[in-house]
Amino acid sequence: MDAGSLKSFSNLKGQSRCPLQEQLLSRKNSKENMDRFIPNRSAMDFDYAHYMLTDGRKIKENQTVCSPAREAYRKQLAETLNMNRTRILAFKNKPPAPVELFPSEHSTTSVHPTKSAKPRRHIPQSSERTLDAPDLVDDFYLNLLDWGSSNVLAIALGNTVYLWDASDSSTSELVTVDDENGPVTSVSWAPDGRHIAIGLNNSEVQLWDSASNHRLRTLRGCHRSRVGSMAWNNHILTTGGMDGQIVNNDVRIRSHIVETYRGHQQEVCGLKWSASGQQVASGGNDNVVHIWDRSMASSNSPTQWLHRLEEHTSAVKALAWCPFQSNLLATGGGGGDRTIKFWNTNTGACLNSVDTGSQVCSLLWSKNERELLSSHGFTQNQLTLWKYPSMVKMAELTGHTSRVLYMAQSPDGCTVASAAGDETLRYWNVFGVPEVAKTAPKVNREPFSHLNRIR
Amino acid sequence: MASRTVAKDIITLRGSAAIVSEFFGYAANSILYNRGVYPEESFAKVKKYGLPMLLTQDEGVKSFITNLTAQLSENEIVGKEWLEAGKLQRVVMVIMSKATKEVLERWNFSIETDSDVVEKGVSREKSDREIMREIQAIMRQIASSITYLPCLDEPCVFDVLAYTDTDVPVPFTWIESDPKLIANPQMVKLHSFDTKIHKVDTLVSYKNDEWDEQ
Repeated sequence: MDAGSLKSFSNLKGQSRCPLQEQLLSRKNSKENMDRFIPNRSAMDFDYAHYMLTDGRKIKENQTVCSPAREAYRKQLAETLNMNRTRILAFKNKPPAPVELFPSEHSTTSVHPTKSAKPRRHIPQSSERTLDAPDLVDDFYLNLLDWGSSNVLAIALGNTVYLWDASDSSTSELVTVDDENGPVTSVSWAPDGRHIAIGLNNSEVQLWDSASNHRLRTLRGCHRSRVGSMAWNNHILTTGGMDGQIVNNDVRIRSHIVETYRGHQQEVCGLKWSASGQQVASGGNDNVVHIWDRSMASSNSPTQWLHRLEEHTSAVKALAWCPFQSNLLATGGGGGDRTIKFWNTNTGACLNSVDTGSQVCSLLWSKNERELLSSHGFTQNQLTLWKYPSMVKMAELTGHTSRVLYMAQSPDGCTVASAAGDETLRYWNVFGVPEVAKTAPKVNREPFSHLNRIR
Repeated sequence: MASRTVAKDIITLRGSAAIVSEFFGYAANSILYNRGVYPEESFAKVKKYGLPMLLTQDEGVKSFITNLTAQLSENEIVGKEWLEAGKLQRVVMVIMSKATKEVLERWNFSIETDSDVVEKGVSREKSDREIMREIQAIMRQIASSITYLPCLDEPCVFDVLAYTDTDVPVPFTWIESDPKLIANPQMVKLHSFDTKIHKVDTLVSYKNDEWDEQ
């Protein structure tokens, strides 16, 4: 595995950037750099300005001469004068009060501040990290990002699939496919977090073992064109193709095609199994969402769908099954639709529809709270966090400068990774602070070391 | 000392911000320990700035201070960090009586940022050791402050205020506050340290002890 990654990085020396490297100076969008100063006479405080121009400078020169008490007095005075141009902020969560008497009381008070964070959780407004993702294909219908249960993130950049280990922030290359087979159009981790399926532009699907960096098999013949979406259900890999077909492949057996779902007229871009593994939802470029149920399988002919949901008016790529309410599915429509719709998959009824104002590229439910995260395109390219079921906006996270096409959630449910056509991969601690940060620092790590950056 | 050429290190805005927020974390811990806000047993010794510094092991306090220092220097607001944008004017640590909430002591760390560096992104040169020495001096002064500060007999709590420019949007976890001033305080100015980008002055003001003669 090491040899492979060395080779790849020496290859990349010629290129301008290494993939998945941290961006040290992240430039925010240009509208932040406002460098035109327009003076406003009526708002100017001439007394203060005079004071700062004269007394301020005087003090700097005479620092040694001024007596400490004088200095302190001057500071106190300046403080009161400064009131109107200073904002004083206190941290919302107060530190715990010390208790001398009962140790048990002490433990409850120290728990209190972290618990009081519950009603209003702090959601960082910007990404915790930003990594470079050069050659990330800006195609709405692909699914190039997936986070496996072993805490390794897989991302497909052009013809290459990279693995990023979240526990030690290391990057390695899994595979680079040939130009005629590529680019890679979808990646999906198997539930064991070790095996990974890679869908290609030439309609093939490769199965890899990430531990040994070894290709196990190639599934051929399931599709006639590129495989843009995939989903696992134990040993069944369900693949959705540009040909509109959905195929269930049993990866253990030789003739892997066990079932075919026909119903979509155009590319299948969204594919998700329910938590129970009983139903699979598919979204297509034909604006239709299908729910397929395994109990309706038939060996002779293609399986009939359970529900056909046609309310969306644009391609449906964003699909997410609710973790805390079975049979609840959230779907998001593309640029012409811009809504998030909620469905009861037993009855096929649409429970709610919310206009988000912008193309919905991806949806993720929180595992810890009743919240839904959606990623959008034009114009804000934001991630929106909604409270469920009220659908009140809890936070809007901006940072991407191009539509946020791909999102994946960490196995601990706290962090979300998003990738966009602006060739960046960003991490957001939107669903809560990872527990690791709160516990004692690692061996040989200084506290506050997270503040140390390259000077 | 003056004749010996000291090797200088490049300090960038970001590095300076890191030094300042790290300093604040350690200073806050030192104040809590020395003023007896939390029991001595809840602190552990670490080596920093060439001194044995005490850090609280209480999870709640630890996370409070860590979150705080992180917010001073991390990318809280879209665009710029407080320290790096020169928007942070001062950080004040307030010690109040737990029972009456009366402010007994106020530790004021004012921050002057070199606006040239913020605007033009230049970096400065100063020896790391020099900065460490200056911080060490302040830490020693905080530790020795118990000799003149009035005893805090009653249980106390602490809080931290940040003075920022008005054009800074308030992030989720901060609320507007009053300055929590002390009426007729006694003030003592401590040493300051300068990274050539940020200059931090330390001042402690405390409530006059009734026993003191005027």
